[in-house]
Amino acid sequence: MKELEELHLPDDIRYTDEHEWARITGETVRIGVSDYAQDQLGDIVFVELPAIGDSFGKGDEFGTLESVKAVSELYMPMSGEVVAVNTALTDSPELINQEPYEAWIVEIKPADRSEYEQLFSAAAYLDLLKG
Amino acid sequence: MRYLPHTPEEIAAMLAAIGKSSLDNLFDPVPADCRMTGAWDLPAAKSEWELNDHLRHLAATMRVDEHTKVLVGAGSYRHHIPETVRSLASRSEFLTAYTPYQPEMAQGTLQGIFEYQTLTARLLGVDVVNASMYDGASALAEALLMGLRIAKKKKRVAVAKAIHPHYRAVVRAYLQPAGYEVVELDFLASGRTDLSGLANLDDIAAVAVQSPNFFGVIEDLEAAAATIHGAGMLFVTCFTEPLAYGLLKNPGSCGADIVCGEGQSFGIAPSFGGPGLGMFGCKEPFTRNLPGRLVGETKDLEGRRGYVLTLATREQHIRREKATSNICSNQGICAMTAGMYMASLGGTGIRQLARLNYDKTQYCKETLRNAGATMVFDGPVFNEFVVEFPTDFKPAYERLLAKNIVAGLELGALYPELAGRHLFCVTETIDKQTMDTIAAEVGA
Repeated sequence: MKELEELHLPDDIRYTDEHEWARITGETVRIGVSDYAQDQLGDIVFVELPAIGDSFGKGDEFGTLESVKAVSELYMPMSGEVVAVNTALTDSPELINQEPYEAWIVEIKPADRSEYEQLFSAAAYLDLLKG
Repeated sequence: MRYLPHTPEEIAAMLAAIGKSSLDNLFDPVPADCRMTGAWDLPAAKSEWELNDHLRHLAATMRVDEHTKVLVGAGSYRHHIPETVRSLASRSEFLTAYTPYQPEMAQGTLQGIFEYQTLTARLLGVDVVNASMYDGASALAEALLMGLRIAKKKKRVAVAKAIHPHYRAVVRAYLQPAGYEVVELDFLASGRTDLSGLANLDDIAAVAVQSPNFFGVIEDLEAAAATIHGAGMLFVTCFTEPLAYGLLKNPGSCGADIVCGEGQSFGIAPSFGGPGLGMFGCKEPFTRNLPGRLVGETKDLEGRRGYVLTLATREQHIRREKATSNICSNQGICAMTAGMYMASLGGTGIRQLARLNYDKTQYCKETLRNAGATMVFDGPVFNEFVVEFPTDFKPAYERLLAKNIVAGLELGALYPELAGRHLFCVTETIDKQTMDTIAAEVGA
């Protein structure tokens, strides 16, 4: 497992205390899990995706990640409606381990864009991890 | 491992460690009306000789000996058990083996279960079959819970009234306390389930139909699949007699999403209603929602074939309260036995045996009809059917019992609207002479 200093935490996205990230992509927001999350889980073998059109509130469970040693739930960093899911993960869930910030999981149309500002910056997220 | 009770000193030490003054103090949170306060109401201990006598006496009151012809199925079926099954299944390597957590120690058990899963998947026409559930009834309850998980937000399921009444009772016991509603679907004059009102029901996650159903009637599963899927619901099928699928089109190819039922027919004696095994399988997209153990085939570091429990992240020792089920085990030796039975008969043997059951049942229906009885339902049947006699059947039933023949099951206790009608079951264990004797008594 990586030391905290080895983690890759890009500055242009925001994070949650459940280790998801959110990236604004024009009108939509893409959501994935952080380098820390993929590293802690180990080899990811399955991603359970929601359906396009599903609506979630901030903090709602929207899917699961299964690794060889654990299963963990995915929680919405922001409220909104799912407009796309990354189907490449169905056949290649390991993409999350390889490129956690390229391997987005869902894309949502946010209900309230101001929720993005409430998420942690990279520096604040690293402080959180350091406890 | 020692199985000695705790000494008073050990009990005192444990109570002290958790800060309780006495055992009564420990059990205080259990409501008083749930606790036994009086003395145990048990008879005096018997010697081994007396106890054997007592058990022989009890056994003699039952009509399950080899001299009696039993034409009762209703969820538990008498079939000939090949000697290969009996001698293989009684080997201590299988009989005493516990759950195969350590693949390096349990390759034989794991391979046996893997073969059971494979043969059952072929019989039922599904992609995945688990290592078995406790019995047919709990398998159906788990199938409906699985349907609710897949459907996510829906809160109701529909079950056919022609499903075994005991299965429906178990379904209610599993689902109702969890806040789910169970709707029942009536049966038609054919004995088949009436699905015509389904489109008017909302919030239904899954619909369960049994085929052959409790009345022995074969449901039209393909039509049911179209109706149920058309209404946006999952299709669960169950069965009490898997032998039927030696002859009938299997539920998977008819469109069932989840298939479950009782596997006792395959090499396991009816005993006193158990033990049996719950057969349970589904289509591939639902694999992650499957309850129970699953054995998979893999390769070791040197490329050799091996077997191991797989997809265990669904199970509660990993997934805790989010597990797909609270089942922590399977019916190991019963599943192994069912696998041995299927392998012993083979596809051709199962087909021939199913045909024999069907033919004998047709003969029995015909002789009863000629003796003046009528069939209550006009739907097609496999090896059970419901019959109505022109006069009170009880005297004939008693005369037949005196001749060591148990002629059917009166349905009043299970279906009050069918009181006086009898459910008959004819397997390969019933000979022509027995059926002719019954017809003669009915006509007498």
